[in-house]
Amino acid sequence: MPATKLSKAAQDQASRVFDLDVSSLRELNQALHNLTPGSNETAWEVLHPKGSHSVAVGVDQPVSIDVRGSVGYYCAGMNDGAAITVHGSAGPGVGENMMSGSIVIKGDASQYAGATGKGGLLVIEGNASSRCGISMKGIDIVVHGNIGHMSAFMAQSGNLVVLGDAGDALGDSIYEARLFVRGKVESLGADCIAKEMRPEHIELLQGLLDRAGVTGVKPSEFKRYGSARTLYNFNIDNADAY
Amino acid sequence: MCGIVGLFLKDKSLEPQLGSMLSQMLISLSDRGPDSAGIAIYGAPSRNEAKITIQSAKPERDFRGLDAELAKAIGAPVSIAVKSTHAVLRTAPDKVDAAREALQSIRPDARIMGAGEAVEIYKEVGLPEAVVDRFDVRSMTGTHGIGHTRMATESAVTTMGAHPFSTGADQCLVHNGSLSNHNNVRRELVREGMKFETENDTEVAAAYLSSQMAHGKNLGEALEGTLSDLDGFFTFVVGTKNGFGVVRDPIACKPAVMAETDQYVAFGSEYRALTKLPGIDNARVWEPEPATVYFWEH
Repeated sequence: MPATKLSKAAQDQASRVFDLDVSSLRELNQALHNLTPGSNETAWEVLHPKGSHSVAVGVDQPVSIDVRGSVGYYCAGMNDGAAITVHGSAGPGVGENMMSGSIVIKGDASQYAGATGKGGLLVIEGNASSRCGISMKGIDIVVHGNIGHMSAFMAQSGNLVVLGDAGDALGDSIYEARLFVRGKVESLGADCIAKEMRPEHIELLQGLLDRAGVTGVKPSEFKRYGSARTLYNFNIDNADAY
Repeated sequence: MCGIVGLFLKDKSLEPQLGSMLSQMLISLSDRGPDSAGIAIYGAPSRNEAKITIQSAKPERDFRGLDAELAKAIGAPVSIAVKSTHAVLRTAPDKVDAAREALQSIRPDARIMGAGEAVEIYKEVGLPEAVVDRFDVRSMTGTHGIGHTRMATESAVTTMGAHPFSTGADQCLVHNGSLSNHNNVRRELVREGMKFETENDTEVAAAYLSSQMAHGKNLGEALEGTLSDLDGFFTFVVGTKNGFGVVRDPIACKPAVMAETDQYVAFGSEYRALTKLPGIDNARVWEPEPATVYFWEH
């Protein structure tokens, strides 16, 4: 980044709002990566993202970031502690490999939202596309609308909550993640089955709905899906299911 | 990767801007494909004349005097408008086949990019911005158009390997993805009498659609057929004289986003391509469903 003659205070002030019509994406992400524990720069705003890729990836401090507009690929990837809100829609791979913190998408999300996420909360207020939560490893995902086909494919841990419908092959080859769907499920993937909603699941789901700001929806309206656990170890009798 | 765009105007007042809108859309996706770029633009069709877009690596040699020679060969008036390595020939609609045949003998090195009443096709090796500048695409007017920036995965990086591919009158197609059964489909189409210029999988898809439409299917029905007959990953955006269609394979790995307003329908591999369109903030924006055909006609 070129040296500037701005005072330190002026730089701090200026760095909280990043207009991507003026600054580069690299400058934004570098400034976010420069944050250190205890920084006073806790509220960030990103203007004119124009579908850019990799907006606010790799943030590892507990700051809030408001992105005003729609983003492209991999927004908020690897997020570790930040509260990131996209006031628009998100392209493929939003919140991929999130560790902790939260991401809220006010619009829709494209394919593989929250893929491989290990922690934190991803809320999609619109619809998500195919492979939502693929290979999720501990992340919680709440989708207000519908999700596409092959969602939660090979999901290992965490919770996927869908207020709308799910597409084909939900939870294909799922391990231990819990899937809660309020609407209809087009079809279940290999080794994914409907399961009983026990009191602990009602409680868990209520907590997730609360954290995601969902009101007026009861946990009892959802069905739970999870692993039949027949594909954990290879058994020749199950070969057709792979 | 590859990047594809399409724009179908509903509002006639935007027609003078079609070239500049499409150019901007394509340039925004340059980093999806640096190998070559191309654009097909549909102007207002004329009943009295057809257009043939040709390309030559040696335009000065091949285009000079071509209008007069071709007119003599087919016995009808021919005009020529040269743009860099491409030229658009205009002649009577019933003379197109004769002109194609005559071109083969009088200009054996010139390649036919496409022909029809409305379409003009410009494609070359290089980045979208260079291609757009070279052919002055921004100044073009029209009703709809498609564009492509290529990251080559199938066949050579050559002008002929660039998209769009046109295999029928006023038909053309751009593709993001790769087909796995293109050799088989090509063999079947060759048996039907279709001719191929390249080893490219996309040319097979274009020819497949042409063949389906030659059998009486409309664009929507032809696109429906790709879902059962073509194997592989694809997002296709196609143009016909008065139509514009989109289809993705059932897995739908290849990205796609669409926007519709009262003024237009737009397609981009990424939302970036749509961000400068008028009224985009209030447009209906959606991701086309897998294995679902979308098409519009004027």
